[in-house]
Amino acid sequence: MRTPILAALLSLVGLPAMACETFTIGNLMIEHAWSRATIGAERPGVLYVEITNTGSADDALVGIATPVAEMPMLHETVVTDGVASMPHAMSVPVPAGQTVALAPGGYHGMLMGLTTTLKEGEGFPVTLTFRDAGEVTVPVEVLSMQAEGPDCEHAGQ
Amino acid sequence: MRTRRAVILGGVAGALAFTLGLGAWRSRGTAPATDPRLPLPIAEMDFTLTDQCGATVRPSDWIGRPTMIFFGFTFCPDVCPTTLSDISGWLEDLGPEADRLNVTLISVDPERDTPAVLSDYLANFDPRITGLTGPLAEVERAAAGLRASFEKVPRDGDYTVNHTAGVFLFHPDGRFASIIDYHEDRRFAVPKIRRTLS
Repeated sequence: MRTPILAALLSLVGLPAMACETFTIGNLMIEHAWSRATIGAERPGVLYVEITNTGSADDALVGIATPVAEMPMLHETVVTDGVASMPHAMSVPVPAGQTVALAPGGYHGMLMGLTTTLKEGEGFPVTLTFRDAGEVTVPVEVLSMQAEGPDCEHAGQ
Repeated sequence: MRTRRAVILGGVAGALAFTLGLGAWRSRGTAPATDPRLPLPIAEMDFTLTDQCGATVRPSDWIGRPTMIFFGFTFCPDVCPTTLSDISGWLEDLGPEADRLNVTLISVDPERDTPAVLSDYLANFDPRITGLTGPLAEVERAAAGLRASFEKVPRDGDYTVNHTAGVFLFHPDGRFASIIDYHEDRRFAVPKIRRTLS
């Protein structure tokens, strides 16, 4: 799995449909890492990704880092009595045998302090830090601002 | 200005704020014609905002066509693009039928969302969506009429805005029709909209 990671680190311009590649670290499978295009760099960007824990022990996503944002953090959108708020999430649980999705309207990475405009069709690397499995760097595909997720044939989305 | 009192802006939790707001509203002594938890008919709303092209918009402008209203702001990376994307999808499903709809985003962050900012932002979504902004007091009046709430929250040296996430639907005569909940499946959302079109 070194080659795709290296490729992602070497270039900010990604390959088409890279959000459909699968990356693994230990018992974790990382898929569908995507983001939405931004207007300029003043507004925060977003990170969505799916993590499947094929092992028998619980893990947790405890941090994210990327060269395109000075202050990336984990957030959760919560709708209480019809009002949406976005509290910090200290970590996102990845229970044994389950798939956890950072997805629109739920957990998401909030990329504050963008260093560049996120343009549709481009990509950037993100390093996910797990409590037990450690760090893995995956490429993130920037989709349109209207996107609801990558269109992967095998993904059944 | 009884409607102003229904909007609680501050650090009180949403449910409590709603209860208090309701109490304040009720304590004015006039019997409400409709359920006070529900949005007013458009004809009873009163505010003046500016759209992304700089034109003045008042609720009375919407009477005669079905209307869809929701709140948001362009600095929000998750909820707002998701809502706008959902709505763009619903409008696409409805096709030319939806041309008659007033589809309106009201910014809860008028400080940063100028008409020009809204214009840039909305260019990424269905062109039938209009964005409104204006003085904070006018946005508060709009929220009061819709029984919606929003609250500016400091965050990491910056701020975010918590806000009502549903989409409000009104009949062509301005009567309140229904609410589409945040991220509601389009199998339910599209028929709700269609009912306001017939």
